[in-house]
Amino acid sequence: MKHTISVLVENHPGVLNKVAGLFARRGFNIDSLAVGTTEDPQLSRMTIVVHGDDQVLEQIQKQLYKLINVIKVFDLPPDKSVDRELVLVKVAVNAKNRAEITELVDIFRGKIADVGETAMTIELAGDSSKVEGAIKLLEKFGIKEMVRTGKIALLRGSDTK
Amino acid sequence: MEYTGAKALVESLKKEGVKVIFGYPGGTTIPLYDVLYDDKDIKHILTRHEQGAAHAADGYARASGKVGVCCATSGPGATNLITGIATAHMDSIPLVAITGQVGTALLGRDSFQEADVTGITAPITKHNYLIKTAEEIPQVVKEAFYIASTGRPGPVVIDICKDAQMKKAEYKHPEKFEHPGYKPTYSGHPKQINAAAKLISNAKKPVLYVGGGVIISGANKEVFELAEKCNIPVTTTLMGKGAFPETNNLSLGMLGMHGTAYANFTVTDCDLLIAVGARFDDRVTGHIERFAPDAKIIHIDIDPAEIGKNVRVDIPIVGDVKNVLKSLIEKVKPKAKNEAWLAQVAEWKKKYPLSYKKTKIIKPQYVVEMLDELTKGKAIIATEVGQNQMWAAQFFKYTKPRTFISSGGLGTMGYGLPAAIGAQIAKPEAVVIDIAGDGSIQMNIQELTTAVNNKLPIIIAVLNNSFLGMVRQWQEVLLNKRYSATNLCNNPDFVKVAEAFGAIGLRAKKPEDVKKVIQQALKSKDRPVLIDFVCEKEENVFPFVPAGQAINEMLID
Ligand SMILES: Cc1ncc(C[n+]2csc(CCOP(=O)(O)OP(=O)(O)O)c2C)c(N)n1
Repeated sequence: MKHTISVLVENHPGVLNKVAGLFARRGFNIDSLAVGTTEDPQLSRMTIVVHGDDQVLEQIQKQLYKLINVIKVFDLPPDKSVDRELVLVKVAVNAKNRAEITELVDIFRGKIADVGETAMTIELAGDSSKVEGAIKLLEKFGIKEMVRTGKIALLRGSDTK
Repeated sequence: MEYTGAKALVESLKKEGVKVIFGYPGGTTIPLYDVLYDDKDIKHILTRHEQGAAHAADGYARASGKVGVCCATSGPGATNLITGIATAHMDSIPLVAITGQVGTALLGRDSFQEADVTGITAPITKHNYLIKTAEEIPQVVKEAFYIASTGRPGPVVIDICKDAQMKKAEYKHPEKFEHPGYKPTYSGHPKQINAAAKLISNAKKPVLYVGGGVIISGANKEVFELAEKCNIPVTTTLMGKGAFPETNNLSLGMLGMHGTAYANFTVTDCDLLIAVGARFDDRVTGHIERFAPDAKIIHIDIDPAEIGKNVRVDIPIVGDVKNVLKSLIEKVKPKAKNEAWLAQVAEWKKKYPLSYKKTKIIKPQYVVEMLDELTKGKAIIATEVGQNQMWAAQFFKYTKPRTFISSGGLGTMGYGLPAAIGAQIAKPEAVVIDIAGDGSIQMNIQELTTAVNNKLPIIIAVLNNSFLGMVRQWQEVLLNKRYSATNLCNNPDFVKVAEAFGAIGLRAKKPEDVKKVIQQALKSKDRPVLIDFVCEKEENVFPFVPAGQAINEMLID
């Protein structure tokens, strides 16, 4: 089972190393990890997508809390949160399929970020299912390169944590 | 007041009540040592290896309950501390390790004697700091001691760049420390405590499983009260030795791989397991699914991450065990005696006592028994690792906390001698004995110099079996005596070694010598004594639960 957890940490050098090291040595599987600053310049927020059952999730949260630089950890259940990911995909193009690809990008409300002679870089943003769906459809044209930010998420509504 | 960083460091250490530092100097700690040179309040003990300094600080902490402090220079000095820091981490020992670091301008350039100390120690510390400015020092020292000694204690590393030690800054002592990411839970949830009290009051076959957390929390009195009030037998882990008097009727001694048969049977058969400050380590549980299979489990621990880590728990209680037990004792009903259960336990005790066969050759178990007898059970026992450690645990009866000092979690050979040094410095009046193996003692033998120089009358009882005995035992039992790399028949003459270091060297070759040499050793008041007990070579530690088996499936002899 996949879980998305939000981790508020002190914005210090070395903190990312401590969090990443914890996951590695305890054998917790990270699907993606995104870090950035928050509304408070002292804090960073990590959004981590992990794999595991409820017991593993509980251990991950408890172990994270043992790190002094970690201020808050919480689970973001899919029905109670909004999530986004940004992806850049470089797809092989030719005269024949250019139109078809452009149409597809439109359907997914993506953008064409850059155009080259034999390839096009497409920018896609959205929740996991949208992004995954678009990537799947683009595969048949030949994906030459891809980069993903990893998921970021917040609670829905007016709630904050 | 303007101080250099090094001076601010020493002043901050004094504010934390530090009286002694175990360390070894080098290029990046020269500024610190220069301040220590004139200082009258802090005593610096020069060990002969940084590993010795870390273990000595750890032994000091275990014997006294205070934070131990060690220090080393950058690079190899710091990496030599690693085993000691990891040892303290596994056993939740409050330790502050100060390391010098290259100057800030040299950081990250593979400079001479540079090592990424905060990176290397991240997995083996409770927290660590890299200090690049003199201004940060007082605040960081305050935090480090607070973090090391509160909640679940552990080691904290402070890595200080050389220029931060030399630059001047305004010194201000921070009175308070609060951190949004560090708030240990001290009192248990009342609902959980009520539920636990109910289970305890209704249990027919309860047992207390007591770990090192009880010693750290100082909850031995509360364990005693709960056990007595409800007539609950008590087993301890290796780390829990001393948390409950082993001379008491309710004591089952230690459980687990080399635990007593009766403790293992009792735990396997119980209907309620009350785990207090213990962490269900694999050496305790054996085959985890078959550990206390019919029992409900109450788990009391200050570290929420320990709960549910290895076993499912019916009633978790997060809090300081002393606090939790106090509330629990008020709530439980006194037992009108669990007669049937206690009778069963007594029968196991009678049928399967700890035992060994006496012969004309010295049995290591006998040496430990004699140490107990001749010190009237009042010594502080440090141990090395291996068979010596298990016999020290089995055949000496511990009655008081902080009297058994042993590397439990990491199992560090070479721990005992430096730890004994730390313990003796913390408790100058106590009789301190390192129960050692002939392999382990050679791992930090250089610390004999430290003991001699500081006039410490530590007794080092080498249970000399000319083998890496514990590994040999596994090879005997599991690999048909294929003694690969475990024969130590070319050991040095330990008596001469001791004498060369300026210690007293004694030897016992026959069982009838044992008492005599111990009595002689106990007379030394200002010099360490090493006793070479020439023991049975292939004696085994029993009971023995081969790894992965259930704990009631032991080899008993
Ligand atoms: C630093 C370290 N290296 C290796 C081991 C593995 N080990 C565990 S017990 C043991 C044998 C110890 O031999 P000795 O000190 O002679 O004690 P004995 O078991 O004979 O009492 C060894 C090698 C260890 N625990 N620690």
